[in-house]
Amino acid sequence: MRRNGIAFWVGAALFLVAVFAMTQVVRNQYPFFAGYVILQFIVLAVAWSILGGYAGYVNFGTSAFFGVGVYTAVFLVKATGAPLVVQIAAATIVGALLGFAVGLLTLRMQGIYFSIATIAISIVIETSVTNWRYVGGAAGIQIERPPVMELFNDYVQMLFFVQALLVVLAVTIARYIQKSWIGRGLQALRDDELAAECTGVPTLRLKLLACVISGALMCAAGAPAAMYVQYADPSSVFNLNYSVTVLAMALIGGTAHWMGPVLGAILLGVTQQVLAVTISSEVNVLVLGVMLVLFVVAAPEGILGLIRRASRGRAEGEA
Amino acid sequence: MISPASELPLLRIAALTKRFGGFTALDNVSVDIRPGERFGLIGPNGSGKTTLINCISGAFRTEAGTVVFRGEDITRLPPHMRTRRGIARSFQIPRPFKSMTIVENLMVALDFATVAGGFVPEAERRETVMSVLTRTGLAAKADVSTTKLSQVELRKMELARAMATHPKLLISDEAMAGLSTSEVDEVLDLLLALADQDITIIMIEHIMQAVMRFSQRVMCLDAGKIIAIGAPAEVMANQRVQEAYLGT
Repeated sequence: MRRNGIAFWVGAALFLVAVFAMTQVVRNQYPFFAGYVILQFIVLAVAWSILGGYAGYVNFGTSAFFGVGVYTAVFLVKATGAPLVVQIAAATIVGALLGFAVGLLTLRMQGIYFSIATIAISIVIETSVTNWRYVGGAAGIQIERPPVMELFNDYVQMLFFVQALLVVLAVTIARYIQKSWIGRGLQALRDDELAAECTGVPTLRLKLLACVISGALMCAAGAPAAMYVQYADPSSVFNLNYSVTVLAMALIGGTAHWMGPVLGAILLGVTQQVLAVTISSEVNVLVLGVMLVLFVVAAPEGILGLIRRASRGRAEGEA
Repeated sequence: MISPASELPLLRIAALTKRFGGFTALDNVSVDIRPGERFGLIGPNGSGKTTLINCISGAFRTEAGTVVFRGEDITRLPPHMRTRRGIARSFQIPRPFKSMTIVENLMVALDFATVAGGFVPEAERRETVMSVLTRTGLAAKADVSTTKLSQVELRKMELARAMATHPKLLISDEAMAGLSTSEVDEVLDLLLALADQDITIIMIEHIMQAVMRFSQRVMCLDAGKIIAIGAPAEVMANQRVQEAYLGT
């Protein structure tokens, strides 16, 4: 266990060093544009799996949290010209509060009813923002980037590094939850909610906690997107595609371990970027659908399940 | 042996009523369970036995009446709060945490049901779990997934998980249903051994020999009402109990 922990932290540090070195060495802008999106999806998928994977509450409201993160940043930039750090911190707090509110409203419902409720809430939020003139309403809003920090050559490179920091944060939290009593409680209530209650698990409180953490991380991941695109409009940031893509990433990767959504997001994220360049970004949705169906049928436990089965098969072969 | 009048009941159910729509599943049920008692609960199918258990453990909200446990009114508490106060149960149809091994199932109880007294090292926690598993005869299967257990093992696992919450009152809901004669004896011996450890037990059962051997007192429900309560032999001899079971 201890050695595992050291390996994790060394890995995280190496990852950040590599990302930082990349921003210093690579001159081509494209890798940062594409990489940023992939990193953003890793954060979203990891955050999603805290509620959707560990607790088994399938949330279709990812786009709502993401969009609220974007618009928190937009609002702050317009109202106060707050720096990026403040935008992200504020989005995290707003996300936690939103997670709490949404959780209180929806977490008493189970299964498909919960999922439907989360879709309904995203629509309500999207509609509200669409009618909010101050942040541009339906037409959207243009945002200007401030000058970049001296450490970086370019604003997108900086955003790329910031999103990498968020990846490490999200994975660290997901890993902690998975290994702690919180994770055990969530796993118990996913298996059987009444049995969990009768074994002492405060199911509603744990689900709320998962929803708060998950929502906070999703909003945090959304905040830098305002500066990344330099533009925000409700129909694109609240697009249901975010919810479906993130859900597919987590399910394709596997939800039992924090590594699952990371793998899924990398696999799908890279595929989508390659497709966007080679064919068209419209094909993405098709490929996403096909992959999701393939995995649900052939590997219901995702990539992680495939790996586990393969390694078990090898162990049995040797024995 | 027991002095009923002077002793405070461990569990007092007073005028409990539970309705499902227009159907009254429990109708004004009142009973006191004494500390350390082995209490048998019988009645034909649909008589309200499991409903009563659900009201005691908190799975159902009641329409009227109170549940008082160790002097505290717990009528409005959610199940997990009742578990922490010392009420544990098994389920008629076993409900294991199926993505976990037996040890992990019991760890949930250790994590959440017992009063947290600071950090307990993993080795010590495992020891606690293993001692419960040894008592319930599951030690050899400790690290086996609950999806690979036989029916009798699942029943024992449920009792072990309930035991790991350190209950003062254990409710066993038909833990012997569908088991072979020798397995029934195994589970019965297990329950008797637990009763010897100062745990009050309410046992719901259809197997009459088991009820007779186990219980100090038996209560019979029919259509949500208590029709007889007292010594096992008396209740069995009761005219109304026989009518309820055999029909008239």
